[in-house]
Amino acid sequence: MSRIGDTLKALKGSGSKALIPYIMAGDPSPVATRQYVLDLEAAGADIIELGVPFSDPLADGPTIQRAAERALNKGITLRKVLRIVREIRKESDIPLILMTYYNPVFKMGIESFIKSAVSSGVDGVIIPDLIPDEAEDFIKQARLYGLDTIFLLAPTSTPERIRKVVKASTGFLYYVSITGTTGSKLSIEKTMKDTLHSIRDVTGIPVAVGFGISSPKEASAVAKMADGVIVGSAIVKLIAQGKSIKHYVKSLRKAI
Amino acid sequence: MNSNSGNYPDSKGHFGQYGGRFVPESLMPALIELEHAYAKYKKDRTFLNELESLQKDFIGRPTPLYFAGNLTALVGGARIYLKREDLCHTGAHKINNAIAQALLAKRMGKTRIIAETGAGQHGVATATGAALTGLECEIYMGSEDIRRQSLNVFRMRLLGAEVTAVDTGSKTLKDAINEALRDWTTNVRNTHYVLGTVFGPHPYPLMVRDFQSVIGREARKQILKAETKLPDCLIACVGGGSNSIGLFHAFLKDNIRMIGVEAGGEGIKSGRHAARFAGGSLGIFQGCKSYLLQNKDGNVLGTHSVSAGLDYASVGPEHCYLRDLKKIEYTYATDTEALKAFEVLSRTEGIIPALESAHAVAEGIKTASSMPRNSIMIINLSGRGDKDVQEVARIKGI
Repeated sequence: MSRIGDTLKALKGSGSKALIPYIMAGDPSPVATRQYVLDLEAAGADIIELGVPFSDPLADGPTIQRAAERALNKGITLRKVLRIVREIRKESDIPLILMTYYNPVFKMGIESFIKSAVSSGVDGVIIPDLIPDEAEDFIKQARLYGLDTIFLLAPTSTPERIRKVVKASTGFLYYVSITGTTGSKLSIEKTMKDTLHSIRDVTGIPVAVGFGISSPKEASAVAKMADGVIVGSAIVKLIAQGKSIKHYVKSLRKAI
Repeated sequence: MNSNSGNYPDSKGHFGQYGGRFVPESLMPALIELEHAYAKYKKDRTFLNELESLQKDFIGRPTPLYFAGNLTALVGGARIYLKREDLCHTGAHKINNAIAQALLAKRMGKTRIIAETGAGQHGVATATGAALTGLECEIYMGSEDIRRQSLNVFRMRLLGAEVTAVDTGSKTLKDAINEALRDWTTNVRNTHYVLGTVFGPHPYPLMVRDFQSVIGREARKQILKAETKLPDCLIACVGGGSNSIGLFHAFLKDNIRMIGVEAGGEGIKSGRHAARFAGGSLGIFQGCKSYLLQNKDGNVLGTHSVSAGLDYASVGPEHCYLRDLKKIEYTYATDTEALKAFEVLSRTEGIIPALESAHAVAEGIKTASSMPRNSIMIINLSGRGDKDVQEVARIKGI
């Protein structure tokens, strides 16, 4: 089993939920990103998502769009993010996931990216604009090299889509809590509970929920229904303001 | 509605290796719903009757196929015909697609339509469709384009649409599409996204092509009537590629030379252009796999063209496929060449073309001059130039 799978299994064994923070790699600098990862781990994160900046992040809201613009202006590329991961791996074994749009991966070459990601110490990838229907080759290569492929489900997902996404996913499933972009306002609808139930009906794979979770109170409510809670924009905002993230992440940890 | 679709795209929207669906999972149910609704209504007689009636009485179809005698005499080669899409209601071919999608949205029970726009033509067409069908309408437009096209912004607002400025990225068309996709992801349950060209995720490239292919079906009949034979050459400009596919599609089995003209901007070497075939490579952008202007790290490059409607980093996937099959050839016209053609057509024929269409006219003049005098060329005059007059005056320092 992968580092991600092991972590989630251990958490489940002890009856706790995974805290999965997201930060934009290279914002404000590669050195800062390495330090933030270490800080997040110390504050109680279980798995960390590193965003790869892209020129056209169509699944992201304004907070992460601006973080991507800042990172791109600093010259951060997919290859540089992999270099940051190698640096982090010298000091930490925390499971790391890249969240990247598909074109940078496609441009690098699918196999070349997967080999390089795995050898750098990446455990899984989330590609918001790659659906399982178009990911046959990607999934095949990822299985071959042992990289987890985390696909997304949404409140609009039909039973047919759920089955398809479940089949393509390893590590965990990413349930998008709202129809909308990252950082939108969360509403814990009945839909979330119902969809999570229908996911659980077809799979035992852990489900983490993200998009729109910002307060410890929301994190706590979501944690009651899911195996993990993903928080991105709220942390990225603190980083943009130059504020410390430790206190906030600790409060999330406590809440779930 | 379309008899020439051949064996593509496949069921997942692939034109050979191009096309497909590269979107957030949240949109998949909406795309599948749209695909099914389109498959149903394109065979629904009541829907088609309503569309045909609006094409005739509202849009003003069939548009004329005009023999440009003065231009032909000036060039001294092929007999040049202009397909007058500039005479469509709202001034460009964009309305063919916008009205059809608005009708479809209404049939699908949606209460709101959204669209992106660059120069404003598709935004105006969509706002018009919304006014006609009684749907709520929001148009996304880059703040840079809003500044350049203030008249069209006013037109959209007059038609009852809300125009939302997009202030991210390059503040132009591609950013407006990102924002429209974000809106659609958020409001997918009651909203239909009226994508303006043969681009994006399946079924848009197929559906928009079908809605625009009325241009070529009419032109084919009209030229047979006027000349009792098929043309030797067809020319159209290519931004996303909807007016060109619209003209070319009915002629694909006829072995006719077809030329798509991209925006050469300040020249390929300058890096300031939107010639995807001349300067791009295979990539994945805004929902589909196609040729893309990108850097070595897979980030999308800024583009440039004097014409906002051609100023886009990628091109419809069917174009890539037809290029591989050698059915269509692609070239480009620079800003300077397009501006010259803009003036030539205005003076010789009394027709002010859109700057987009002026790219096709520029290539048409070049190609026609080397063709025999009894040969025939059709240029798609995709839009009228009123919207560009102010910008051209600015460029000329008037």
